[in-house]
Amino acid sequence: MYETSYNRVSSVTEAATALDAADDPKILAGGQTLIPTMKQRLAAPSELVDIRQVDELHGISMQADGAIRIGATTTHAEVAANADVRAQLPGLASLAGHIGDPHVRYMGTIGGSLANNDPAADYPAAALALGATITTNKGSYSAEEFFTGMFETALQENEIVTAVTFPVAQRTAYAKFPNPASRYAMAGVFVAQTPSGPRVAVTGAGQEGVFRMPAMEAALAENWAADSLGSIQPDAQDMLADIHGSAEYRANLVNVMAKRAVAAA
Amino acid sequence: MANVNLTINGKAVSAETDDRTLLVEFIREHQGLTGTHVGCDTSQCGACLVLMDGKAIKSCSTLAAQASGSSIITIEGIATGAELHPVQRAFKENHGLQCGFCTPGMVIAAIDMIERLGPDLDEPTIRKELEGNICRCTGYHNIVKAIKAASMQMATQLEAAE
Repeated sequence: MYETSYNRVSSVTEAATALDAADDPKILAGGQTLIPTMKQRLAAPSELVDIRQVDELHGISMQADGAIRIGATTTHAEVAANADVRAQLPGLASLAGHIGDPHVRYMGTIGGSLANNDPAADYPAAALALGATITTNKGSYSAEEFFTGMFETALQENEIVTAVTFPVAQRTAYAKFPNPASRYAMAGVFVAQTPSGPRVAVTGAGQEGVFRMPAMEAALAENWAADSLGSIQPDAQDMLADIHGSAEYRANLVNVMAKRAVAAA
Repeated sequence: MANVNLTINGKAVSAETDDRTLLVEFIREHQGLTGTHVGCDTSQCGACLVLMDGKAIKSCSTLAAQASGSSIITIEGIATGAELHPVQRAFKENHGLQCGFCTPGMVIAAIDMIERLGPDLDEPTIRKELEGNICRCTGYHNIVKAIKAASMQMATQLEAAE
C-alpha cells in the first residue's frame, strides 16, 4: 500500500471540510473494497476520510409512508438482521445476508457498495429494482440517475452518500449465481412487485453495470409467475464475457436467476 | 502518524503507527502476537480473523487506525489461563486441524457464529458460515465436526445453568 494519511471524522460537515481540504482523498467506510484495492496499489488516495463512526450516517428507520431509510454506513450484517427490512423487503434482507462472507458483512456498508457501483455488486440491483432514492450531502438521486456505468455514478467529486431510501413493495426477492471462487454475482436478479408494477434489475452480467429488464417486467405485469418469463433474456451483445463465462452463458443465466427470484418472491 | 489506542486481549495498548499500517501488521509486528495469520492477504481466506468489539473481522482488510478505540480479541486471548476455550478444546478433540495455519481464523469464526446464531448449530449453517474461511489442507469435515461439538457443548452448558 502506498503512503496515505488517515483522518477519522465525527460528522458529515467535518467530512466535507476534510475532503475539500485534501489533494486526492477517498471516503473510507467499511473499507472492504477500498483497503484491498489500496493494498494492490490500484488506488492510492492521499488521504482517507473515515466516516464509519459518524452517528448521523448510521441506522435503519421506517418512514411514515412505509419506506425504509438506511443510513450510508449501515453494514450488510445490520441490514440482513433488521426486523423491519426482513418483514417489508425480505428480498433486500436476503441480498444483504449473502454479500461476501460473514466477516465482510460486519464491515462493508450499503453506502460504500452503491458509491463504488461494482458491476458485480449486489446492492445496485435492489436499488434499481425498488426505485430507491440515494441521498447525499448535496442532494438526492433516483437509482436510475445514480448508476451511470461500470464503477460510475452520478456522484460529484467529494459528494458523500448519506442514506438510501427504499419505497414499499408488495413482493421482493433476489437470486444470484455467485462466481464459485470470488462469490461476486455472475448474474444477480432482483424482482419486485411495486405499487407501479413489477420491476426487474440485473447485476453482475451487464457490460455497463446494473440494468433493468423491461421485457421481463411487461411479462410479469401480465402474470406474476416464473413461467411467464419464458425464454426472455438480455441481448448477449451487452453482456460481460470472461474466463468464467461467455456473454451467451450470462444472458441465459439472467433468465434462470429471474425465474428463481420470481418463484421465491 | 496515527495514534492507535485500543485494548488487545484486555490489555490497553497505545502506540504510534504509520497511517497505512494494517491491523494484522499492528497485532503481529508491533505487538508480537503472531497467532493471527496472514494467509491470502487478499481478503478471502479468513486466517487473519480477530474479534473487534465482539465481531469477527478481517484484520488484513482493516487499518490499525480504524480499529482505534475498539476492543480486540486475538487467538491468544480466548483461553482462560491453562484452560482452553470450548471451541479450542473441540478442535483438539475432533482433530479439527492438519497443518494448523487456518486454525486461528477458524476458531475465531466459530466463536463468532456460535455467539451470533446460538448454540447447537446444524451442519449446513456451519458450512454456510464458513464461507470466508479457507483450509488449504481441505480438512473441512473435522473443522465442521469440531464447531458442531463446541456448539452442542455450549448448549449443554446453557441448559445446566438454567
